[in-house]
Amino acid sequence: MANNQEGNHKQVHYVGDSHVRADRSKLYPKDYDEFPGKTEPFLPNFLLKEWMVAVVFLVGFMTLVMAEEPPLGEFADPTNTSFLPVPDWYFLFLYQLLKHKWAAGDFVVVGTMIVPGIAFMALLFAPWLDRSKERRPLKRPVATGIMIITLVAISALTWAAEYEHEQQLLSAPGETPENTEIAAKDSKGYDIYAKNACIKCHGENLEGTNGPGLLGVGNKLSADEISKIIAEGRGTMPAGMFQGSPAEEKILVEWLTKQTQK
Amino acid sequence: MLRAIYDWVDERLDITPLWRDVADHEVPEHVNPAHHFSAFIYCFGGLTFFVVVIQILSGMFLAMNYVPDIENAHRSVQYLQNEVAMGVIVRGMHHWGASVAIVMLFLHTLRVFFTGAYKHPREFNWVIGMLIFFVMLGLGFTGYLLPWDNKAYFATKVGVEIAGSVPVLGPYIATFLQGGDIVGAQTLARFYALHVFFLPAALLGLLGAHFILIRRQGISGPL
Repeated sequence: MANNQEGNHKQVHYVGDSHVRADRSKLYPKDYDEFPGKTEPFLPNFLLKEWMVAVVFLVGFMTLVMAEEPPLGEFADPTNTSFLPVPDWYFLFLYQLLKHKWAAGDFVVVGTMIVPGIAFMALLFAPWLDRSKERRPLKRPVATGIMIITLVAISALTWAAEYEHEQQLLSAPGETPENTEIAAKDSKGYDIYAKNACIKCHGENLEGTNGPGLLGVGNKLSADEISKIIAEGRGTMPAGMFQGSPAEEKILVEWLTKQTQK
Repeated sequence: MLRAIYDWVDERLDITPLWRDVADHEVPEHVNPAHHFSAFIYCFGGLTFFVVVIQILSGMFLAMNYVPDIENAHRSVQYLQNEVAMGVIVRGMHHWGASVAIVMLFLHTLRVFFTGAYKHPREFNWVIGMLIFFVMLGLGFTGYLLPWDNKAYFATKVGVEIAGSVPVLGPYIATFLQGGDIVGAQTLARFYALHVFFLPAALLGLLGAHFILIRRQGISGPL
């Protein structure tokens, strides 16, 4: 403390016995004239403009919230064996990756560790992998190219996962309506249904065994849509399962549209 | 009157430098959407933070009604959604906000990547940003189980199975996540704790570091 005793005679005053100095100089905002371009202070100038962007965003967001009620499924039932599990959409690409042969079974480590591990590590250490001073995306084609390929791969995997899940949902037994009585069971329609392959997957009582149940199908599909599915198949149902004559098909379709159980 | 109150506090606590430092820092023209419309791509980071604030606020209100227990979780969410005033809006904000947060975070990451903003001297802030991304995905994964419906239960079961198939560490990760041998009561309590205490704490710490670094280094220059 020898320096203070000799050189600095200026008395420092504090507020009370605190550490806050009493003779503080006033703080004035910076003069932005000397900054390049139209530089401006963060608060309130810039934040007001960013808030305008946020308001536009908020209107869109709240419109979505009010238009779409958040889904809530049935109470979790661990004994339910027919439920098709699906992760939230942003995990779908990882989920889909594991369906490939080279990333499943004995090679599952490829899908769980190697591919995601390399991708995440490359992303984490990107500043040390891409060390050039160049910042423009077109001037560093390797980094930009790898990122675009990755984006395409993620999109394709997500799309494939979503598509497969929808196909599986179409072929899954689905929910049974409360009324399980078949409309016009003694009619010719049921005979045709039983005589053909239909009954093997859709069940004796239309309850659905390997395929979806057909109770209430008349509420969901029109006659044209039903005959289209009979002809072309859907999901895991192949085309041409129905072997009867066109006249029989017409009776079958008409009978199916009568199945309006709820 | 307000001025007098402010001066009274400021004389004792010297609060002016605290907010002046934030208020006076310079925002360059090339990131300002008022001057260049295309600069809206620089807003994705701010919007991500905005969604995080929405998530924290809506999550606080959800926690007033939610019960993290397998008997009551689903019922409490159903009650919250159908009986509580504005419950469906609050849950809707939290549910859709989760997806929007991921989208915004993704767009922000792509902006930083394609403008090469992660380069010297901002390497460290990029690493912190990646950790934030990881924590956000963790929040999404743990939050998905909480409504305890079939979708939540089976998605978590598959997720834990995938984590469990990792060599050597897998079984330990699975046990840590499940809190036992199956996805059940302990898993729900555990995911709840992770979702509302551990991961948000990590997120806020990382966000603080992210903001301090960007404040210290300034935003990257125009291309």
